[in-house]
Amino acid sequence: MSDLRFTKDHEWVRLDGDVAVVGITDYAQEQLGDVVFVELPAVGKTVAQGEETAVVESVKAASEVYAAVGGEVVEINESLGAEPGIVNSDPTGAGWFVKLKVTKRDEFDTLMDKATYDAYLAEIS
Amino acid sequence: MGRVDLVGDKIERTPLYQLHVELGAKMVPFAGYQMPLQFPQGIIAEHLHARSKAALFDVSHMGQIALHGGGARSALERQVPSDIVGLAPGSMRYTVFTNDSGGILDDLMVANGGDHVFLVVNAARKKADCDHLLNGLAGSGVGLEELSNRALVALQGPKAAVVLVRHAPECTRLRFMRFADMDVAGIACKVSRSGYTGEDGFEISVPAARAEDLTRRLLQEPEVAPAGLGARDSLRLEAGLCLHGHDIDDTTTPVEARLRWTIAKHRRAKGEFPGAHVIVRHMAGGPPRLRVGLRLEGRAPAREHAPITNLDGRPIGIVTSGGYGPSVGGPIAMGYVPADHAAVDTRVNLMVRNKPLPAKVVRLPFIAHRYHKS
Repeated sequence: MSDLRFTKDHEWVRLDGDVAVVGITDYAQEQLGDVVFVELPAVGKTVAQGEETAVVESVKAASEVYAAVGGEVVEINESLGAEPGIVNSDPTGAGWFVKLKVTKRDEFDTLMDKATYDAYLAEIS
Repeated sequence: MGRVDLVGDKIERTPLYQLHVELGAKMVPFAGYQMPLQFPQGIIAEHLHARSKAALFDVSHMGQIALHGGGARSALERQVPSDIVGLAPGSMRYTVFTNDSGGILDDLMVANGGDHVFLVVNAARKKADCDHLLNGLAGSGVGLEELSNRALVALQGPKAAVVLVRHAPECTRLRFMRFADMDVAGIACKVSRSGYTGEDGFEISVPAARAEDLTRRLLQEPEVAPAGLGARDSLRLEAGLCLHGHDIDDTTTPVEARLRWTIAKHRRAKGEFPGAHVIVRHMAGGPPRLRVGLRLEGRAPAREHAPITNLDGRPIGIVTSGGYGPSVGGPIAMGYVPADHAAVDTRVNLMVRNKPLPAKVVRLPFIAHRYHKS
């Protein structure tokens, strides 16, 4: 878990080879409250870094989730369909959203590491 | 969740603000007040607690008003379509202020307090309602008193009565929509058996200085948990209850909103209330559109302002409230559709992010009311 990287929009990404696993951070799920629905992209779709890839609906509101890195969607977390609450209970583990086949590795390198993200959180909250 | 207009206004705190913060509430601005959106247990847990035990809500942002003077009920009656003159002492009634075109300026509770008439109005409409009332009361000798020195807490749920009776033995005498002055935990309060959740429960008007004391005592009861605006909204949506500024406003008549039960027969016959010509026409000939309940087939919720289309994709209406119903276990909504699309089981689509979500018209409420009527 040490090589998680973060965006200012509170997505996290982890690289397994050339596949990036993307989700939302603990801070994000805390802000959203109880998640009741997650709209995921179709497998095979190509998204650019920063492009909207998913929508997460809490009891109160809908929020967009952006691609932390660009790539082709190779897998989506089907278990969120029946159990969207996993996003709240395990946001950086079982609550992942999509897996992307990464085209530009340097996009990952530009993201915040944990220490930088924690400092960013301290600044905004 | 309501019209929030803070431009030039300072945001206010209710007498329970410090307690909310102490309890870990997520505070949000709402109708000019800092209010708890949710407590640490979260909206769904708070909602389900209200359905199974008893939830405590701070609703002190709402406007409490007393009308004094012998002609108070007849003066008020001229501004609403309900029977207010005939409201017996100790009884409470839901009604609406209508405008000259039959639209709803606000919805409110009216209680006959014996020597006064007690009103509870929406927070965002407080000032407008007072101005409107004062216009109507001009020359009547009736006095209007804003009870801004009082807080209002709602204890809601199937265990509300067994909890409250420990602090107010008299409360069991109240049936649904009854009202009385009574001591609660030794504090002089105004108590009604009413609420905004569809459950049995009470709304307790308490002097602001004693509100925290009362609330702490009620929260000490094992059945009681605090709940915020989030749960209040999902509970009232499941109960099919309207939120002013959303499901009803100055463009919707009470008939379109399916609130025709608020219109007294003899008031309709005489037509002496604002907008009577439109409202009576809607009652006689049927309204052009109706508020309906909508149950979505999938799991994605549709929110306020989502367009409603028929199966050919033609826009026919709009969602006015929508979200996830924790007790329903899925997404639900309310909205307006043409009268010929309002029959139960009519299939429609709700447009969310340009995609049609299949839904059908269902009977309201989504969750049966469990009021204490006997």
